[in-house]
Amino acid sequence: MHAVVVENIVKNYKIKKSEITALKGVSFEVSRGEIFGIIGPDGAGKTSLFRILTTLLLADSGKALVDGYDVVRDFKTIRGLVGYMPGRFSLYQDLSVSENLEFFATIFSTSIEENYHLVKDIYQQIEPFKTRRAGQLSGGMKQKLALCCALIHKPSVLFLDEPTTGVDAVSRKEFWEMLYRLKAQGITILVSTAYMDEASLCDRVALIQKGNILSVDSPGGIISRFPSPLWAVRATDMYRLMQDIRNHPATLSCYPFGQYHHVVFRDGYEGRQELQAIIEHGRYQQAMVDTIRPNIEDCFMALMKN
Amino acid sequence: MEKVIVARQLTKRFGNFTAVDHISFDVAKGGIFGFLGANGAGKTTAIRMLCGLSLPTSGSATVAGYDVYRENEKIKRNIGYMSQKFSLYEDLTIRENIRFYAGIYGLTDIRIKEKTDLLLKQLQMEGQENSLVRSLPLGWKQKLAFSIAIVHDPALVFLDEPTAGVDPITRREFWSLIYEASSRGITIFVTTHYMDEAEYCNRVSIMVDGKIEALESPLQLMNDFRAASMDEVFLQLARKATRVVE
Repeated sequence: MHAVVVENIVKNYKIKKSEITALKGVSFEVSRGEIFGIIGPDGAGKTSLFRILTTLLLADSGKALVDGYDVVRDFKTIRGLVGYMPGRFSLYQDLSVSENLEFFATIFSTSIEENYHLVKDIYQQIEPFKTRRAGQLSGGMKQKLALCCALIHKPSVLFLDEPTTGVDAVSRKEFWEMLYRLKAQGITILVSTAYMDEASLCDRVALIQKGNILSVDSPGGIISRFPSPLWAVRATDMYRLMQDIRNHPATLSCYPFGQYHHVVFRDGYEGRQELQAIIEHGRYQQAMVDTIRPNIEDCFMALMKN
Repeated sequence: MEKVIVARQLTKRFGNFTAVDHISFDVAKGGIFGFLGANGAGKTTAIRMLCGLSLPTSGSATVAGYDVYRENEKIKRNIGYMSQKFSLYEDLTIRENIRFYAGIYGLTDIRIKEKTDLLLKQLQMEGQENSLVRSLPLGWKQKLAFSIAIVHDPALVFLDEPTAGVDPITRREFWSLIYEASSRGITIFVTTHYMDEAEYCNRVSIMVDGKIEALESPLQLMNDFRAASMDEVFLQLARKATRVVE
């Protein structure tokens, strides 16, 4: 049995006279014990999807199962089974750290002691501040407390909505290390993010844009389906180089990636010759040209264009 | 070379906590300066001092030629500011937002009209000027917010995580606008959590525990730290942090 099954979920919002489609018939499955990433920018439909799966929002049509239970018919059962960490901090700001954790344990008819092993690693980091009100914690501390509260009833599926947004590179790395430890304890994790580089940390990912799923696969699988050779180019005067490459008739796309431009040519063009010609014609210095393996962001952009 | 920011031993203490600890750096006119650091490293406090919103405890700084202690009102008039958290008024239209900000910065009616036309054309938003900002996709809002932040052609614009959450193509379109502004001589001072964006900057500073621990071109930093990307440089430096942010 799959931990999560989503079949053709559609969700529209009516705002005054206009209607906005948040999810346009989304389907995928998540296996037990997986870290499954929902990767996409703001407004892609990630939060609507999570709210439907955690029974907080009704879909207009389609079907979804969590742990074999239907999100509409069996919503009460599901609420006891899942842990949910929303994107916006939603613990009680005027309760202390330990009071918040105690509160969530009690609601789920359990105790902190019973499942302490699950949260121990994370809770120990905030324990020095356990008498402080949650509203007075720093962003990183709030995030750790919210994760503890979502875990204290030993959920079988954990939903994390953009847990690393606005978090610096070091804290993001630490957060992912925590997720691997939870996975090792057998918890299925669905995590959404707008940071494309986090896709490679998931077992499988769904790339989502404007309510459509662009692709579902392992990160390696998505990368292996990149349709054409990808070139990385670097030289002095990168901005002019980008414009010259974009103006070349054989160019399909050219985007800056850190210190390189990533370039894809139309079918039938080899690439190296075209780039050499652009470099010679524009008299660029210190030019470097090479084919590279695409990353998830390259794939996302190629899929967005289809 | 002309300097838009000159900071010397700039320091800010809150009680016995030193948020910004004797930082010194220059930013050259027209450059793109990346201001990086982990959460809690002191970036926001430093930016607030440079924008004239918070007085330093000690040290000195000039921004666009004005002193941060005595001329903070002049600084505010000569800089632009944009962050992901606050940018535009959602319940005003595109045209009204442009008019509002341009008016605050003291542009004449004729100039406001010229700027509005230019900006709508540049952003390919002609025909949509009477739409509410609320109805725009995030990426469009961010591009509009940036153009409005420099509507008065300031010497310098502060961008605080301007691209958080936008899709990868829009993120790159946004950076094209940054390059364009920089080529017109507007200095860019930008913070970001995307380390590939750090590589687009001419120079980068990395703050750790209130101090500037590195200040170089991205290429030089990658050489110095024997790193293949700015992400690695950042991780090596930020891991040294010892201060507990409560």
